[in-house]
Amino acid sequence: MTFLNFFISGISLGSIYAIIALGYTMVYGIAKMLNFAHGDVIMVGAYVCFYAVARYELNPFLGVVIAMIVCTILGMIVERLAYKPLRQAPSLAVLITAIGMSYFLQNTALLLWSSNPKVFPSIVGRGAFKLFDGELSISHITALTIIACLVIMAVLTLFISKTKMGKAMRACSEDKGAAQLMGINVNATISMTFAIGSGLAAVAGALLCSAYPTLMPTTGSLPGIKAFTAAVFGGIGSIPGAFLGGLMLGVIEIFAKAYISSQLSDAVVFGVLIVVLLVKPAGLLGKMTQEKV
Amino acid sequence: MSDPVLKVENINVYYGSIHAIKGISFEVYEGEIVTLIGANGAGKSTTLNTISGLLHPATGSVSFLGESLSKIPPHKIVERGLAQVPEGRRVFAQMTVQENLEMGAFTQNDDISADLEKVYGLFPRLKERMTQTAGTLSGGEQQMLAMGRALMSRPKLLMLDEPSMGLAPILVEQIFEIIADLHRTGATILLVEQNAQMALSIASRGYVMETGKIVTTGTGQELLASEEVRKAYLGG
Repeated sequence: MTFLNFFISGISLGSIYAIIALGYTMVYGIAKMLNFAHGDVIMVGAYVCFYAVARYELNPFLGVVIAMIVCTILGMIVERLAYKPLRQAPSLAVLITAIGMSYFLQNTALLLWSSNPKVFPSIVGRGAFKLFDGELSISHITALTIIACLVIMAVLTLFISKTKMGKAMRACSEDKGAAQLMGINVNATISMTFAIGSGLAAVAGALLCSAYPTLMPTTGSLPGIKAFTAAVFGGIGSIPGAFLGGLMLGVIEIFAKAYISSQLSDAVVFGVLIVVLLVKPAGLLGKMTQEKV
Repeated sequence: MSDPVLKVENINVYYGSIHAIKGISFEVYEGEIVTLIGANGAGKSTTLNTISGLLHPATGSVSFLGESLSKIPPHKIVERGLAQVPEGRRVFAQMTVQENLEMGAFTQNDDISADLEKVYGLFPRLKERMTQTAGTLSGGEQQMLAMGRALMSRPKLLMLDEPSMGLAPILVEQIFEIIADLHRTGATILLVEQNAQMALSIASRGYVMETGKIVTTGTGQELLASEEVRKAYLGG
């Protein structure tokens, strides 16, 4: 039964990674860039939600919605100001800009909200479902996180495969030049991808801080890096890959904490990544693509 | 004569410091097939990409249906009725045939089922493969898909960039028959080709390009008969 408890915690943590990884993987798929500031958007989302709920005493779900709106706009502004001017630049320049943007967001948060950790109120309280005479305990936030992840995955998959805008995103990710010749506004599509990814980051921020309540300006960076790992693990650019990679990473991390050592858990996680990339360089569900000449 | 559908006036296009197009001018009138022929590197594709707005001329102008295209982004140019079938087809390999055609109709906001019927009528092979991903199609089928996709935008001018490239001779003939058919049903076409013989045999008029300049022009028949063109492009 403790095994099952650990497993469910792993799935829950993995669900958060998966939601964050979706942002990385969608942006990579379309803009072909690694948005290392993505993790810090999570932190901004969590702060906005924190202030909405703890300071202004709004309904927690309304708080999440406000955080989503703020992060969506933030994501679009970051793309417009920092990345769009570099559309033709070498990828290294874009990567460095993204890292710079990450520090910029962290330090702005430090100025605005100070380095004192805030205790984040869980958006669904601290209760738990008890099953099997209390042997198996699933906290409300754990259940909500898993459900939220499944719903997001389902909606996003439908959006990408069925809607005109979703298909346009796939077209852009395959061939931007050809997409332009179809009359697709590539810049608007990239902006939209950032908007969706950042909105999801806000959800991830609220869920993450409900489960792990310490909120600081650096809160987003480690989960951000791990979710990036999850995206690479699953095959960067692949949406099902982000989902699978996120869940697996969460489960591996919790098992490593439970059965190996809590200090070594991150080392185990990144060790697994290295092994996977040695065996399958494109990730679990990634496709090997040949550079066109 | 009425106003041309497409008017290219004295455009110069650079890739960095390379002067790729050196002041060329030409027109396409409604109902014509006009062909640009010339060897590899003559600047034919560059010309098409400039008209589509993917590249910008340093000087000179491109106007379509009397409107200058210089300040209009590529996706808006498609909306105005100018479609390009790019060199190398560039179908969306991971999307299905049907989805590729839907992308062609991206600028259309009304019902597109009649357009789909029309394209499937023109290319029955595509209908058989509508649920397959485009990457699984043969080269000839991909060319049909790329043409069908462009037709989905209801173009007033269809630009084809090397439709015969990499295809077996029998398929080349098929593709050119389809182009001639489209012309008979009233389509206005700008055709870029290395296969000068085929292109000139269906063209109303042709322009011969050499290293970024137009060196000769005439009707399809005139150019086919011209000694100069025969020597340079038609193998004696």
